[in-house]
Amino acid sequence: MAEIIRLCNLTKYYGKHRGIENLSLQVQEGEIFGFIGPNGAGKSTTIRSMLGLLQPDSGTAELFGKSIQTAKLDILRRVGYLPSEPGFYGNMRVRDAMQFAASFYGEDCRSAAETLCERFKLDAGKHVQELSLGNRKKVSLVSAFQHRAELYVLDEPTSGLDPLMQKEFFELLQEKNREGATIFLSSHVLGEIQKYCSRAAVIRDGSLVVCDDVAHICSSTIKRVTIRGVEEIAGIPMRNLQKTGDGISFLYSGPVQELITALQGLPVEDLTITEPPLEDAFLHFYTDSEDEIC
Amino acid sequence: MLKHELKQGWKGMLLWSLAVGIMIVFCLMLFPELQKQLAPIQTMMQGLGGIASAFGMDRLNYGELTGFYGIYAGFMLGIGGMFYAAILGCGILSKEEAQHTAETLLTYPVSRSSVCIWKLTAVAVLLFGFNVLVVLFSMAAFPIIGQFPHWKAFALYHLAQLIMQLEIAGICFGVSAFLRKGSGTIGMAIAFVLYFLGIAGNITERAAFVRYITPYAYADGASVISRVSLDGGLVALGIAYAAVGIAAGFWKYNKKDIL
Repeated sequence: MAEIIRLCNLTKYYGKHRGIENLSLQVQEGEIFGFIGPNGAGKSTTIRSMLGLLQPDSGTAELFGKSIQTAKLDILRRVGYLPSEPGFYGNMRVRDAMQFAASFYGEDCRSAAETLCERFKLDAGKHVQELSLGNRKKVSLVSAFQHRAELYVLDEPTSGLDPLMQKEFFELLQEKNREGATIFLSSHVLGEIQKYCSRAAVIRDGSLVVCDDVAHICSSTIKRVTIRGVEEIAGIPMRNLQKTGDGISFLYSGPVQELITALQGLPVEDLTITEPPLEDAFLHFYTDSEDEIC
Repeated sequence: MLKHELKQGWKGMLLWSLAVGIMIVFCLMLFPELQKQLAPIQTMMQGLGGIASAFGMDRLNYGELTGFYGIYAGFMLGIGGMFYAAILGCGILSKEEAQHTAETLLTYPVSRSSVCIWKLTAVAVLLFGFNVLVVLFSMAAFPIIGQFPHWKAFALYHLAQLIMQLEIAGICFGVSAFLRKGSGTIGMAIAFVLYFLGIAGNITERAAFVRYITPYAYADGASVISRVSLDGGLVALGIAYAAVGIAAGFWKYNKKDIL
């Protein structure tokens, strides 16, 4: 399968402030790839460097096997991009905004735009400045999806959309993916990544923490441990510790044998060890261990 | 892209044209009355000294329509045109970042150089439209007052104004590429400085060097109408300044980070 995105040691500083540092990742053709990180982690910097909006200080960004620095137009012709905070020309109607976007691709997108507007319940006759944040997002969404792209780069696509529209959006995403498009989905809504992405990368403080199958990230060394009848366990590092009333629940990333040994002699009434949801795995990648270890 | 820029800018152009055009018509309507009371006004003007020089009144005969037009109507068009060109030029690139539209625009398959070219073309078309409308206002007023200017001087004066505005817009286009927002104030500041440099150059010989800085020197009504020709050297210098501004704008915009 062809590599659609290849970032190699991508580094970008804003003056002295770190944007991203030595970030490398690959996305294969046909994947729905999740890109997870909190605000300020470097997600948008990565995307903007990838699409040629930012000049990286070092490293390379290649899409469809071509460098964004030298083949920008060829690449952008094959990409649909949904920015996290779309900006619009104030005097435009929704229809004009979509036609303006379509004019750059040399395609007649009117029929596709109309279908998408109906699907997302968007009134094409309204002025963009009259629209709510959610509806503006829809304009941007239709503009990104109205032409036939091979790669969709989506930066926080569901922010501002109501749950029904979010559902509709992901159905659209899966349709496009079934048609062969590759999806790069940046989000901090972990449930979305877990539900729709096959692989994901986690970014923290501008650097990649992990890049793996979503299932593998969830089932990596971290476990959610819930114990009834015990409130303290000596010598065991516990993260995200929660008191449950009759016991404790925490994230544990050490050897299970050590945990069992530590529990011997304690009044354990019940013990469950489960693979954590992505939210917990995410915390594992993000929290400073000193703060969380008890 | 050009159509889009013109759609965005035509209302502003119309407003500036109306404002300047109406002021010019208003001035022209006063001319017949001024002619009747020429002697006391001339005496008063002679007493103004440097101020009269500043506005070219020492070189133009304001008892005659072309001279009057060069001073009064030219004053309105000179200031209005400079400010409009500067605001237009300074905002043309930076407005995309100020309105957060740059991120969307520059992820469409369009090169930054193409964006610059179309935006510059739009600026030129808007300035041309502005000047055409202003000229139409003037031409509509001449038959009303029953007098007509020296047509060659009139045409050269308006040509000089258009070149001056294009020069300022070109310089401000370069400035615009370095800005992210707040372009209007900077545009007005540039226009203000260039205008007052021009005025200073008219007042005192010691400030003659400003002729090589401000386009007002070659586009001032007093310079063009009194000679019935353009100072080719200064015009060429102005075009060179505009070319430098435009080149700087292309260079910066092509390597600029869009945040």
